[in-house]
Amino acid sequence: MGYNVDDLNKRRNEIIKKSVGIDYSDFENEGIGFDYTKMMESSGFTLDNIFDLQKESMVGDTPLVELKNLTNYARKYSKKGYGAKILLKDEAANLSGSFKARRAAVSIHKAKELGYKGVVAATSGNYGAAIAALAAKAGLKCIILQECFDSNNVAQPEILEKARACEAYGAEVMQLSVGPELFYTFMSVLEETGYFNASLYSPYGIMGIETLGYEIVNQVRNKYNKDPEVVICTNAGGGNLTGTARGIKKAGALGTLVYGASVDLTGLHMASDKDFNRKSFTTGHTGFGMPFAINPDRSDVPRSAARPLRYMDKYYTVNQGSVFFITEALAVLEGMERGPAGNTSLAVAFNLAQTLPENQIIVVQESEYTGAGKHHQPQLSFAKKNNIKLIFGNPLEEIPGENIIFPKSAKDIKVKEVSLDKLRKSYLKRFKDNELTHEDKVFLMEELNISLDKLNELIKQ
Amino acid sequence: MLVEKSKFVRIRKYLLLPNERAKNIPLETSKVPMKMWVKGRLNHEGELFEDVEITTVSGRIEKGTLKEVEPKYKHSYGDYVEELQRMREIILSEMWGEE
Repeated sequence: MGYNVDDLNKRRNEIIKKSVGIDYSDFENEGIGFDYTKMMESSGFTLDNIFDLQKESMVGDTPLVELKNLTNYARKYSKKGYGAKILLKDEAANLSGSFKARRAAVSIHKAKELGYKGVVAATSGNYGAAIAALAAKAGLKCIILQECFDSNNVAQPEILEKARACEAYGAEVMQLSVGPELFYTFMSVLEETGYFNASLYSPYGIMGIETLGYEIVNQVRNKYNKDPEVVICTNAGGGNLTGTARGIKKAGALGTLVYGASVDLTGLHMASDKDFNRKSFTTGHTGFGMPFAINPDRSDVPRSAARPLRYMDKYYTVNQGSVFFITEALAVLEGMERGPAGNTSLAVAFNLAQTLPENQIIVVQESEYTGAGKHHQPQLSFAKKNNIKLIFGNPLEEIPGENIIFPKSAKDIKVKEVSLDKLRKSYLKRFKDNELTHEDKVFLMEELNISLDKLNELIKQ
Repeated sequence: MLVEKSKFVRIRKYLLLPNERAKNIPLETSKVPMKMWVKGRLNHEGELFEDVEITTVSGRIEKGTLKEVEPKYKHSYGDYVEELQRMREIILSEMWGEE
């Protein structure tokens, strides 16, 4: 019909190379590894270049807001002297309304520089709107592919809103039914048009976020004369966390811990037509967070620049009901109608702040615009229509796809810590039959952010 | 219903039939076709629910079944959600209730 999956697979490398303008074979090592640093440096951009080109596009330099009421709310449930300050980087202030504009700005700049006539991106979320807005500004054509409908032609309201936003910026939106073959559709469009692949996982897509981490450190230093103790990033494909952490390091805040946070959607299959509309979050959840941490290269480029296990100090999950609760709290206590993205981190921050001394600082590193379709009210109304039960009770007992459990009190917002060692072991599984060389092991130590002893111990297990 | 040439429309196209779908996907997904919807201007006069050809906003030519003329956005802020109102009241009462 539309295309042949096997034929496209054969031409995959050739299509990707032509559409990203990067020959990934340049970075491959002997054995299992590749040179990550060389890949990131090959883009030719410095952090200063990126600040400049983002500024020109009305991207970056967003406010860092101290959430005083939410901090005081968390302190009501902390022991004396505890309850860290919660700060929020208001990324909704970017062109197109989210931090994704930072990534898009670099990709679009590169596409223009390399002489492409247009760009293509596969995304159901904010990245589509960001690419569409920045392509409009650069005079490039733009095609966005969304996974949008189940087989009964029912769509997630949040995704419909994003289609509207993309079209408002003049993009063509191809809406697809559920299935991983979106990737093949994406390749066939790249082949047909010869446009640039604005991948979220290219070095450009990650470097764009480094400015976010860098800004956070400088803003905290300017106002509080110190570095933040913790920065929490909502984690899906891993790019948000990777780029932010790299920016924090480039600013020299070596003591700042970087945590990942995802909505717990355990049990829902991401490629399932049936499960598709039984979730209330389309990103920032474990359905992306876990597999992309374990195997970053499952993305749309041969080597993903988003490698969260290299940078993550801890990883937490939180249930859907708690994120809705904190989204509501952000609106009625801080006057900020934002999200859902970013509020996953905020829910985790609200809980963790209670365990940290009150002179410490915990930064939630993004927020996004909200509106019809994306707002938590249509999301919950949609959940009800899909027979998801809305209950007040113990959030930790939520069963994704069956119910959403809201806390009866903010004190009941609880998080679960994900074992990073368990993720590392899952990462290592695919090399279990490899005879690992010294060079392979050096790569894995960097990849998993562990010592040689630790690596050997995990391999043995 | 006859639709005149150049009208802005939405079409649906089947990209993969169930037997053409990728391997290793859940059964409920593999037994349904993979569909695509896209908008553009009609290249000729056409009938609703018949096969037509359009030019998309990026200038591509696509063929498919004509589903909707001058497609509208149907998403909204959704219905009233009692649980949301209750959360709002819990938050305000926990935060400011004692004052």
